[in-house]
Amino acid sequence: MENYVFDGSFEGLLCAVFNWFERRPGQVKLQTEAVFQPDAFVPCLHIVNEREKADRVWKGLQASLSKATLRKFYCTYLSELEEGYTALFEFACYLFIEGAAIENNYGNAYVLALSKIAKKVEREKHRMEAFIRFQHNADGIYYCGIDPDFNVLPLIATHFKNRYADQQWIIYDLKRDYGLFYDLSKVEEINIDFNQWQKTTGIASAIVSEKEGLYALLWKDYFKSTNIQARKNTKLHVQHVPKRYWKYLTEKQFKQD
Amino acid sequence: MSERLREKLNILADAAKYDVSCSSSGGNRKNDNKGLGNSHASGICHTYTEDGRCVSLLKILLTNHCIFDCAYCVSRKSNDITRAAFTVEEVVELTMNFYRRNYIEGLFLSSGIFKNADFTMERLLRIVKKLRLEERFNGYIHLKTIPGASEELIREAGMYADRMSINLEMPTESGLKLLAPEKTHQQVTQPLGFIKNQIVQFKEERKLIKSTPKFVSAGQSTQMVIGATPETDQEIMQTAALFYKDFSLKRVYYSGYIPISYDNRLPMIGSQPPLIRENRLYQTDWLMRFYGFHVNELLNDANPHLDIDIDPKLSWALRNLQHFPVDINVAAYKVILRIPGIGVTSAKKIVQARKFGKLRIDQLKKIGVAYNRAKYFIKCADSPYQLKDYQGSQIKSFIQAESQSKYLKYDTSQLILF
Ligand code: SF4
Repeated sequence: MENYVFDGSFEGLLCAVFNWFERRPGQVKLQTEAVFQPDAFVPCLHIVNEREKADRVWKGLQASLSKATLRKFYCTYLSELEEGYTALFEFACYLFIEGAAIENNYGNAYVLALSKIAKKVEREKHRMEAFIRFQHNADGIYYCGIDPDFNVLPLIATHFKNRYADQQWIIYDLKRDYGLFYDLSKVEEINIDFNQWQKTTGIASAIVSEKEGLYALLWKDYFKSTNIQARKNTKLHVQHVPKRYWKYLTEKQFKQD
Repeated sequence: MSERLREKLNILADAAKYDVSCSSSGGNRKNDNKGLGNSHASGICHTYTEDGRCVSLLKILLTNHCIFDCAYCVSRKSNDITRAAFTVEEVVELTMNFYRRNYIEGLFLSSGIFKNADFTMERLLRIVKKLRLEERFNGYIHLKTIPGASEELIREAGMYADRMSINLEMPTESGLKLLAPEKTHQQVTQPLGFIKNQIVQFKEERKLIKSTPKFVSAGQSTQMVIGATPETDQEIMQTAALFYKDFSLKRVYYSGYIPISYDNRLPMIGSQPPLIRENRLYQTDWLMRFYGFHVNELLNDANPHLDIDIDPKLSWALRNLQHFPVDINVAAYKVILRIPGIGVTSAKKIVQARKFGKLRIDQLKKIGVAYNRAKYFIKCADSPYQLKDYQGSQIKSFIQAESQSKYLKYDTSQLILF
């Protein structure tokens, strides 16, 4: 048994796989620096990131996996879960030992884990596509701040770029402190200095556009009007719209307006 | 100005809410004109009402004025309610501004009939044209066809709408006659047939000439109100099956009647809408569309009603125990699909995974099979073999005892998909 410690990057993860094949140390436990606790009795190896090695592993994965499984692989990485990293590492080792055909062997714990974690990430991606509520600010930019459980910005960029091609927008991940900005031609990663205004999902009332209040109000009205009282089912409602997302949702804001 | 708009929205959204046929799935409009929006094949539900229905479209009536008097409808002439009508511009503005904020996938526009069918249809057409041509809007648009509108107008609207629908309202002609004497099923089948033929024709033309526009690319749908008139489930689903076949509908929607009228032809105000029944009908519809069941297998003269206490797939299995147990490790995909407790996703996974060796119980559980339900109907590598001798009624009570301890009874009002 040996501990492998990597920096949490995608490159680092792939390098860990490369390293395992170079050294064949038997059973290892992969962890990120963030959670790693040194143990005097277990040898520990810090993975050094090398672009070239990572590329070789990635090419190997691309060559032997279907598009769908590659996407699962990437999504599992974006989960930022320790058990996700372990599953990816074990999955990759299993794949390269056994050869190509294992990706659909759902009887294998790591194949199944990839599938399950990726599904959770895809679900949150889908939820972000649904629950983002832009506010129109006076500069003409549509803004929304979010704090998803998983790092889904890379997964939603294309969707929003295709959909909102004729308006400038920013989607900001408040938890990971970076965002996407679309300037009518391309999407860029940005960091906002929040000193000037509050770091929240919405934007300060001082800089929203003139009509913003009206449309937010109309939307809230609409949300109320479509409800059918005779069918009320709060449990089902909360199951579809988990409470942790309510802070994004215009229709759930009933403050002093 | 904005107060009046708020009032209109409240009235006209409220009046439209009973129409359930509002999913945005099946759209495939690309944003290649640098305009606003696109639509996904699967659609996105942007929020859910407090009753748990998804909200993906701005669903409104253009007006709730109506010259007709259908008993089941809030907008009917004799109902004493506040009336309102949007202008063409107001609908366009609302749609654009809601869409830009990512509140919605698009517009679902329906209308009461003011003056006459063509006058109303012509307004709806103006709205979609303005959205598509002036605003370069590529979001989803579902238009309700106005019964009796001319084919010219319907045809033109179909060039801009993603989906068109026209409601059957009541599952049988006699039910419809009772509540809406002015209407007939023929008024519905005629435009459905016309649109279907146009869809086919445009598709043919597109094969020859690439630039031929798409016509109602997400297809047509219809809706039936359930529980307002005394039809059996068999009658309802047979009508549905017939309409799927004859008009290649994408969806049939079943809307449990919510009492809104003191008319004595209808269930009393305050009586519960038939939510479980509605759920069972959707499950049956699902079994017909995705599980390869024929309507007669699920509903027939011996069983004209769906069971309320168990889902239709389980109920079919219990009536047909001669087909079970199914050996998971050798049975065809289609046969596996018919096992209670196994859905489309797990069935696919099973077929993939068994190539690597015989599947065992714990693997089935991990794959997502509801094993406690499925176990009475399957054989796998390590199945204990005494299971097959139970009677249908015994299996039913075992499964019910299991699931009652797990879920509250209440939960049956939601859509559980096997
Ligand atoms: S024609 Fe339509 S809007 Fe008018 S009363 Fe009948 S169902 Fe209602």
